[in-house]
Amino acid sequence: MAAELITIFVSAVLVNNFVLYYFLGICPFLGVSSKLDSSVGIGMATTFVMTMTALVTWPVYYYFISPETGLNLPFLEYIAFIIVIASLVQFVEMFLRKFFPHLYRALGIYLPLITTNCAILGMALFMVLRQYNYIQSVVFGFGAGCGFTLVIIIMAGIREQLKFSPVPGVFKGAPITLITAGLLALAFMGFAGIITP
Amino acid sequence: MLKKEFIKGLWKENPVLRQLLGMCPTLAVTTSSLNGAAMGLATTFVVLSSGIVVSILRKIIPPQVRIPVFAVIIATFVTIADIVLKAHFPLISRELGPYVPLIVVNCLIMGRQEAFTSKNPIHLSIADTLGMGLGFTWLLVLLGSIREIMGMGTVFGMRIMPSTFEEWIIMVLPAGAFITLGLLAAFYNMINEKKMRS
Repeated sequence: MAAELITIFVSAVLVNNFVLYYFLGICPFLGVSSKLDSSVGIGMATTFVMTMTALVTWPVYYYFISPETGLNLPFLEYIAFIIVIASLVQFVEMFLRKFFPHLYRALGIYLPLITTNCAILGMALFMVLRQYNYIQSVVFGFGAGCGFTLVIIIMAGIREQLKFSPVPGVFKGAPITLITAGLLALAFMGFAGIITP
Repeated sequence: MLKKEFIKGLWKENPVLRQLLGMCPTLAVTTSSLNGAAMGLATTFVVLSSGIVVSILRKIIPPQVRIPVFAVIIATFVTIADIVLKAHFPLISRELGPYVPLIVVNCLIMGRQEAFTSKNPIHLSIADTLGMGLGFTWLLVLLGSIREIMGMGTVFGMRIMPSTFEEWIIMVLPAGAFITLGLLAAFYNMINEKKMRS
């Protein structure tokens, strides 16, 4: 049981990293990763919302959407998930503003961005595809968030260095960022051996 | 006017190369030209139909709740696209896997609703979303073809490289996607720079 959960976690963080392996959450990965502190902010906000999403979408799927255990409404799956995520983000924002103003000031501007972060919806879809149980889903959501945070922080560190490097004119901006991400993805392939299927 | 709105998505404001939108499907499904074409056309269908609906409803949707309303409209059309793909093209549907439902959160689609269709009449919205969708599609087909030719020696499933050609496995792996798109984006900048100078 515990070993299985650790496998799910390590696989979500390193081996099948959401950004570098599934290409989920690329928009914030390229858009926000130019500064280290904002990367930490969006990483933490995403991890938080991802874990919450796993906590909420699992019961929604298995009690309402699922053909076997729920009300058999598979055509509502995507609509239900996107509504759950959008309202969750809204709710988290209000909750933080009221009870943790410190944290809210740190994460505030990143929260609305998260609704359209494909990593969140992707996590919910993978959770259903792989038929994880409740605890596995929460660990998976948390791990996926940690993996996202790890890569976006690494990326921000590299990009802060890149600012002082002599990059050829046409490669400035998006192209060099994409190629850096490609090299990072190559490096992360080295983790594939950690888990034997 | 109509033509201008249509043309801009193809090159000048290309959603992927210029605006860096819709990167997830661009990188994830372009392991072959066919997958790229299927994803491009599915996205074009969703952005076009949701653009029409948003444009019709633009005066009724209250601005405070516009994002969730757009999301629900988009999710409806994605569900339609998903069901049609599953029924008529089960092979492609299996290849694309969870990336079909992920069209819901493709920022390209939400971006068009926010920036264009919610402020413009229906005929302009059709031209704009169609241009953006096709601009997205041609890039996906190009990227998919490059990766398929280098990685498997085929294009649209037909073998075009000689049998002595050693496949570059990296091109069909995630790293190849990032690097190829990076080079394409650099190429795009180069052409634009040349145009500006002349």
